[in-house]
Amino acid sequence: MLIQIPPRSHCPPSEITPESVYLSRRRFLGAGAVALGAAALPAWASAETTRYAGVEPGRPPAWFTGKLPDTRWQAVEAPGEALTPYQDASHYNNFYEFGPDKGDPAANAGQLPTEPWTVRIDGEVGKPGQYGLEELVRPHALEERIYRLRCVEAWSMVIPWLGFPLGDLLRRAEPTGNAKYVAFETLVDPEHMPGQRSRFALLDWPYREGLRLDEAMHPLTLLAVGMYGRVLPNQNGAPLRLVVPWKYGFKSIKSIVRISLTERQPFTSWQNRAPGEYGFYANVNPSVDHPRWTQKRERRLPNSLFSPNLRDTVMFNGYAEEVAGLYAGMDLSKDY
Amino acid sequence: MKHPLWRVCVFIAALLPPPFWLYQAWTFALGPDPGKVLLERLGQGALLLLLLTLCLTPLQRATHWSGWALVRRQLGLWCFAYACLHLTAYLVFVLGLDFAQLGDELRKRPYILVGVLAWCALLPLALTSNRFSMRRLGRRWKHLHRLAYAALGLALLHMLWVVRSDIGQWLLYCAWALLLLALRLPGVGRRIGRRAGGTP
Repeated sequence: MLIQIPPRSHCPPSEITPESVYLSRRRFLGAGAVALGAAALPAWASAETTRYAGVEPGRPPAWFTGKLPDTRWQAVEAPGEALTPYQDASHYNNFYEFGPDKGDPAANAGQLPTEPWTVRIDGEVGKPGQYGLEELVRPHALEERIYRLRCVEAWSMVIPWLGFPLGDLLRRAEPTGNAKYVAFETLVDPEHMPGQRSRFALLDWPYREGLRLDEAMHPLTLLAVGMYGRVLPNQNGAPLRLVVPWKYGFKSIKSIVRISLTERQPFTSWQNRAPGEYGFYANVNPSVDHPRWTQKRERRLPNSLFSPNLRDTVMFNGYAEEVAGLYAGMDLSKDY
Repeated sequence: MKHPLWRVCVFIAALLPPPFWLYQAWTFALGPDPGKVLLERLGQGALLLLLLTLCLTPLQRATHWSGWALVRRQLGLWCFAYACLHLTAYLVFVLGLDFAQLGDELRKRPYILVGVLAWCALLPLALTSNRFSMRRLGRRWKHLHRLAYAALGLALLHMLWVVRSDIGQWLLYCAWALLLLALRLPGVGRRIGRRAGGTP
């Protein structure tokens, strides 16, 4: 962008300490602790970052590192697809809480405190309450799932997520007979989220998303806590985000603080912003165009000037076999 | 030729950004979707150059320095060059040179049509920017070149339609454009000239 209005909190990229540098202090402290025999947690040794090239380990909390040995790696694969490099998946993001440009989330999200983190579960459930993230994740084994991610802006990536099915968590909360939908909310923290301080933002905060209950219970619907073998980077929605691979990316809400089961179809941010452009369902569908751009094709990232890497978009992002049944009898050109 | 150094400096300043952006794309400094970044920078560059071009007359009135008017044609042509590159980038990186799809896009997506119209408004200005046309068209040349305002309005509308989540940048460009138009209201521009001590 040629003209920029830097948020007040903006620090120039030159002032940002590389993750590896500030981590080295933690490694040093960690090494000291091990030497003292105080905590023999092989936290960084087992962060599984070696599975993917160019991945920095981040700051995994103990509960995350403790889960890695039992993780089912490549539980879901994407045959024939090349993974998007970690650097691209973590530096080309739409996370408007951290700014409108693709590079803003990576530049601004570093300071967001993700520990401790609590998630409120309420609405039509038998067991409502505030749950610490660790408590929420504890009963679930992590699995790695390689999913295609198709953004409504006509670009796409292939990302290995670490998480567990949302349905497993919802079942534990015991939805009542009235529960028909699931509503999600992102954190509101203007102090750490410069986009929420912008006077020119077109979205209302908190960012909200929702699914029909059967979509939420579908085994493909994932609650992710990590990617590329590591804990989620803040800009990708740490510490807890949704991944719904057959829907446009904006449905996969990030940094979740609230999950409510509801009887009525919930408010969702983009649908409220521009109902003619974004529907509640937002299923990837090449035959329903976004009014401002075609959805027939997508740019698979990374691309280059010499190969724009354009490819045809596939119905339900290629997951039709698994999910088409959810929409039997619906007119998807109306319920887009 | 008056102010040769100034004219060469403006020429170089306008010339350098696109090769620099290409170099950045080449070295992966533009991220995983370099074509899109290039497209956006060229579009904003064209808008910026159009706004700068339209600044020159008020600046000339206010300061009475002859250098401003000397680079007006040059900046206008640079604006058109950026607009052409922007259009090319769209055809290559977004459309993938699929011209069958172009008709569909123009029909269904008003912002693309508006962008094309803005380019069409700039085209005759670029074609008649030479001395021969000025002489040939006489008084009509000035009327024709008021199309620049139409191009500005269309370009801003085109950009508004692309904004997704934050409208701050667009408002900045818009305020600038409104200021330039206000300076051209009958009476306003002349008053500035007088205050600066010159004869209008």
